[in-house]
Amino acid sequence: MLRLPAFEFHQPSTLEEAFALLGSAAPSVRLVAGGTDLWPNMKRRHQKAETVVSLMKIDELRGIQTTNGNGNGPSLSIGAITLLDDIVRSSEVRERFPALSRATASISSPPLRNMATLGGNLCLDTRCTYYNQTEEWRRSIDYCLKEEGTVCWVAPGSPTCWAHSASDTAPMLAAIEATVVLQSPGELREISVSELFHNDGIEYLTIQPGEVLTRIDLPGSSSAKHCRTAFWKLRRRGSIDFAVLSVAVALWLDGAGTVEKANIVLGAVASRPLAVPNAARALVGQKPNIGAVRNAARAARRAATPMDNTDFKTQWRGLMVERYAEAAMCEAMDLPHQLPSPPHV
Amino acid sequence: MASEPARKSAPTRDPRERTDFDGRYVGKPFRRVDGRAKVTGQTLFADDLSFPRMCFMRLVRSTVPHALIKQVDFSKASEIEGFLGSLTGADTPEPFGILPVSQDEHALCPDKVRMVGDPVAAVAAVTEDAAIEAALAVEVEYQELATIASVEEALATPEPRIHDYPKEGGNVHKAVSMEFGQVGEALAGADLVLDDLFFYEGNTHLPMEQHAAVAVPEDTDRITLYSSTQTPHYVHRALAKVLGLPPSRIRVVACSNGGGFGGKSDPFNHEIAAAKMALELGRPVKITLTREEVFYCHRGRHPVLMSMKTGFAQDGTILGQHLKTALDGGAYGSYGVASTYYTGALQTVTYKLPAYRFDGVRTFTNKAPCGPKRGHGTPQPRFGWEVQLDKAAEKLGLDPAELRLKNLEEAGRTTANWLKLGTTGLERCLRAVVEGSGWKKRRGKLPEGRGLGLACGSYLCGAGLPIYWNHMPQSGVQILLDRAGSVAVYCGEAEIGQGSDSVLAAITAEVLGVELADIRLCVADTGFTPVDLGSYSSRVTLMAGNAALEAAERARELLAQAVAEHLEIDKDRLVFSDNRVFDAGEPDTGLSFREACIAAEAKFGTLSTVGSYIPPRSPGKYRGAGVGPSPTYSYSASVIEVEVDVETGLYRPIHVWIAHDIGRSLNPVLVLGQVEGSVYMGLGEAMMEEQAYRRLPAKYSSSLVHKHPSMLEYKSPTFLEMPPVTSYLIEDPDPEGPYGAKEVGQGPLLPIMPALANAIHDAVGVRIDQVPIHPHMILRALAAKKTGRPARFGPAGFPQVDFGGTLHVPTPDQGGDGRSIDDYRHKLRSGMRSASGTMTTREEALQKHGKLTTD
Amino acid sequence: MPNALSAFTSLLIEVNGERRAVSFPTHHTLLEVLREECALTGTKHGCELGECGTCAVLVDGRPVLSCLVLAAEMEGKRIETVEGLTDGNELHPLQAALADLGAAQCGYCTPGILMAAKALLDEEPEADRKRIEQALAGNLCRCTGYHKIVQGIEWAAARMRGEDVAAPADVLYGAPEPGSPGPPDSSSSETTERQDG
Repeated sequence: MLRLPAFEFHQPSTLEEAFALLGSAAPSVRLVAGGTDLWPNMKRRHQKAETVVSLMKIDELRGIQTTNGNGNGPSLSIGAITLLDDIVRSSEVRERFPALSRATASISSPPLRNMATLGGNLCLDTRCTYYNQTEEWRRSIDYCLKEEGTVCWVAPGSPTCWAHSASDTAPMLAAIEATVVLQSPGELREISVSELFHNDGIEYLTIQPGEVLTRIDLPGSSSAKHCRTAFWKLRRRGSIDFAVLSVAVALWLDGAGTVEKANIVLGAVASRPLAVPNAARALVGQKPNIGAVRNAARAARRAATPMDNTDFKTQWRGLMVERYAEAAMCEAMDLPHQLPSPPHV
Repeated sequence: MASEPARKSAPTRDPRERTDFDGRYVGKPFRRVDGRAKVTGQTLFADDLSFPRMCFMRLVRSTVPHALIKQVDFSKASEIEGFLGSLTGADTPEPFGILPVSQDEHALCPDKVRMVGDPVAAVAAVTEDAAIEAALAVEVEYQELATIASVEEALATPEPRIHDYPKEGGNVHKAVSMEFGQVGEALAGADLVLDDLFFYEGNTHLPMEQHAAVAVPEDTDRITLYSSTQTPHYVHRALAKVLGLPPSRIRVVACSNGGGFGGKSDPFNHEIAAAKMALELGRPVKITLTREEVFYCHRGRHPVLMSMKTGFAQDGTILGQHLKTALDGGAYGSYGVASTYYTGALQTVTYKLPAYRFDGVRTFTNKAPCGPKRGHGTPQPRFGWEVQLDKAAEKLGLDPAELRLKNLEEAGRTTANWLKLGTTGLERCLRAVVEGSGWKKRRGKLPEGRGLGLACGSYLCGAGLPIYWNHMPQSGVQILLDRAGSVAVYCGEAEIGQGSDSVLAAITAEVLGVELADIRLCVADTGFTPVDLGSYSSRVTLMAGNAALEAAERARELLAQAVAEHLEIDKDRLVFSDNRVFDAGEPDTGLSFREACIAAEAKFGTLSTVGSYIPPRSPGKYRGAGVGPSPTYSYSASVIEVEVDVETGLYRPIHVWIAHDIGRSLNPVLVLGQVEGSVYMGLGEAMMEEQAYRRLPAKYSSSLVHKHPSMLEYKSPTFLEMPPVTSYLIEDPDPEGPYGAKEVGQGPLLPIMPALANAIHDAVGVRIDQVPIHPHMILRALAAKKTGRPARFGPAGFPQVDFGGTLHVPTPDQGGDGRSIDDYRHKLRSGMRSASGTMTTREEALQKHGKLTTD
Repeated sequence: MPNALSAFTSLLIEVNGERRAVSFPTHHTLLEVLREECALTGTKHGCELGECGTCAVLVDGRPVLSCLVLAAEMEGKRIETVEGLTDGNELHPLQAALADLGAAQCGYCTPGILMAAKALLDEEPEADRKRIEQALAGNLCRCTGYHKIVQGIEWAAARMRGEDVAAPADVLYGAPEPGSPGPPDSSSSETTERQDG
């Protein structure tokens, strides 16, 4: 049986206690929420910790609340340790941002969504089939750039790691322009979800040491009201699998039905959720039409760099960026689309 | 069920008379005898066992694909608290292997590793935590050797050798060439000759249960091993050989297997290492493999490249075929010699093939060893054959179903390669799926992107010969009756989920007229049960079933004699039913089953009977004829409807119709479970499952690793991928089977992969000549079609292979006698292929018996 | 690196309504503690990485993967495993249905499947086939092809709703062979030798 290595485990019930533990513990301390990412990584030993601090008993970090928002009407604030399944069950989330609900419902499998949290999904370690392997397997390739090794096996010669961002909520939250709150002792900063990420497989988060991601704020109702969303995801099976490609679309239409603003964000084709401004530009100022969508989909394809570090042929995944982007944008614009709804979203 | 009317029980003696039997259990969907234990969590799998003082073992596995072992250093490992001991290859020098001709494995590699994952050392500790840490702390120094990753590389790279056998040198493990009839003539006279290349990627069993074993020492030279194995008897033999103990001091118990599918049919290094460690430490030792290690055990589907050249007459008659197969065997022999023959053996059993040539080669590579997976060696050529028939039908302007019906083999015939067929339900299978799917009305007429595909298949009901040549039964059953009226059934068969325990119990209950609850089973325990060779080659229902039938009928005879004497009536008037033995004419006159047992025990003493089963002799006498014979064959046909998206190449099966010739269903609901499970596994192979490897850029690394040894990345279909299935059970009782039953565990998988490929062709007009069928292949073929190139995705060439001298065997139709015309002894003298290259060492055995002399 | 014995946890855990005191190394998962400390080996494991669903148990009524939760997190939680499904000696309708349809072949994924199905039916007694497939989509099975499992859950659900239904004939005997007289009448067939639950 694959087992965890030994570590110290703490379950503080307040943020203050958590900060104290983070500050006092040895250098190798990690936070854990649902554990669905950290525990497998620790069992395979590519993430290590002598001390693990769980956030799951900090009640203030759990739940979905309606807040006043910041001038954009009432908004939803989701605590970082809220279970993915509780988000899927939330009718408020589904009514405001149906595609966020759908993206969340597509993550892994039903029992895993009863354990995994939204904060955890945002902070999900970048993935790669050369990295998400056991200690023994990684020894057989002399490790890789992301951990102990010197070569990125996906692109030997590359100075950077190409592990990809496989979070489904991150591209969707970035598309709707959600923000996250990062707290450290005595400090609190709020940044956009988009600002949470670097495009680097190793240093993929902008969270500073000592900071805890405590909540995710969705845009207020005045924004949500005009926002049309879509989320399309490609993977082999309808459950369990991570995305090998996801397309998150958020469009804001004016009263006349013209696109005022658009965000097209791709998942699993870069080390971070990849916004495609060129795709967005192709839509802004347009009424829904297939020509504009196709231009935007081509832009999405040009922006994506799928690598050979997950399922399916890389070149084909590149083709699929265009197809899936087109389908997702069509859905958001209420245009008919050819691609049969994949059985797996 | 005491209210049920008394029913006349089965007539005795010849099973051939038993084919129209209406039983109390036989033919009824009763709850399987292990059903309750399995839904309550009471079934004990190997990893569920625990013994006083038990400790835990881990293997240290090679991190290099091909290397000499220079040094193993335990100094850091031994400092870990809880460390108890270690072993290296020096402790287990004796080789083992499932086939007598391939004794090429070691419990721990003594000098050389041949793949990433080969076991180099073992460590034991008080806890599994400590064993894991200790294993990670063992340092091994290697001297790396060049690595071979494919058949082509193996053929082109005779040195370094992965093994120092066979004596011909190089990295070819087995080459075989045989011709039945005159294939050249047949092809020359054909109106249509199709020459196709197919590739079938390797895949693995992925049983949900990871292999586990617990070794319990009972003295310094006596031990019991509990293991998740399909073949306790073969593990027993391997253990005796490597441990150097008399087999009588070793007991192997196969626990319920959490799925097998062929993946637990070899004796494994971890089983033997655990036994050795237990004897060294003097305490029970458990090892439970990680999922990754299960991928290294493998023994799964061989990757096979095929060249298939077949001639047809204008009216569709099949005239002859030349099949070439190249198998990527991985690092060890395993069942590979048999697998090689199996890629040719069953091409002949579905359709009349008057002339047939088969050339096969298996090479060693530095990857996990391939072996028997559900269908063992036959799904690959079956895929090619059924796709090629679809192409032929298209070329000849015939309906693919009609083409098949026109060429059907017939019951009782002997094929060109000397396989004696039993009943053949294939025609009814074909008609059922054609009718059920609306084939005639719908095929070729569905909207673009929708299609129907048809394919057939056939499989053994037990391999005709055992793994090692002997004259003993392949299955034995002992029944013990006692004065409590209880019936104990002992048999070496292993329950792997297929329902074999229920088969034994139902047959016994049927014959003795008792209820399933009155029967207790003791199975798969080499210390207590008569040998059954194991749960492989779909043999248990037929072989253990027939043995149980014989034992039960003998028990009934004893009871009948005693009861007849007691009641003073003719014993032929007695009926065994409802836990009673009574007069057929006067049902009120009789004894309870318990009273009958008491009467018989008083008359005869302690009551025990045995039954055994030896398959009929096969008519084939040529070298290699040992692979393919079976007492009878099951048949299956399937139609699959598929939806394909031409923009992406994504597709999904919408519906599967499958008909299986079961002979007779001993329990239809369990038969359906096997049919549906086979469809599922076939779809997994056709759509996504791959045992894929990765070689790193040579400039940086010599590594060759399994690409994704995990449940996440090895894609196994979930509930959501499984389409609706309509199953037809075709009953045509076979005289060889108990109550007419044939196999169902493997056969229904065979038509699935080609039916899907044929359906994709019907949907979008492209041929995908390989599996698994990935969406990019469909897009590539569609793109080729647009530009006027062949609308196909598949392999482009077949390597140059020296298959050795061809064995020529006249067919039955040519008046042959089952022998080859090439003189065997002459070949021995002239130093051609070795004498021990067939599946069994039949000739060697005969020589030992003095029946064949050489100079 | 902390030694495997350096930190341990003692707590009261409630499994199948029974509280017990257990002590275990802190890094041990719920799976390990159930199997090794509580001797409840009914919960199986197939990957220990959250990829197969085999180890599913219910925590506060919801299915979770016991290989990916620490037992140390279980204080005050209500844990249910396959061993707690029977009512005395009576099988739960889900257990009876899966046993009767041969939906437990090797039986290794069965405990996880049963727990996921129980959670579903407790919450959605009317769950249809699609919902069943969705709710079970995290549980892999290699034997059955899933159909007998789905049919078993549907059958159990109907019986749990108080509907007195037999398993359909085609579930027990297969589809009638086209052109043949058809299968035996299922009502006379007595699928279940001993009909529990």
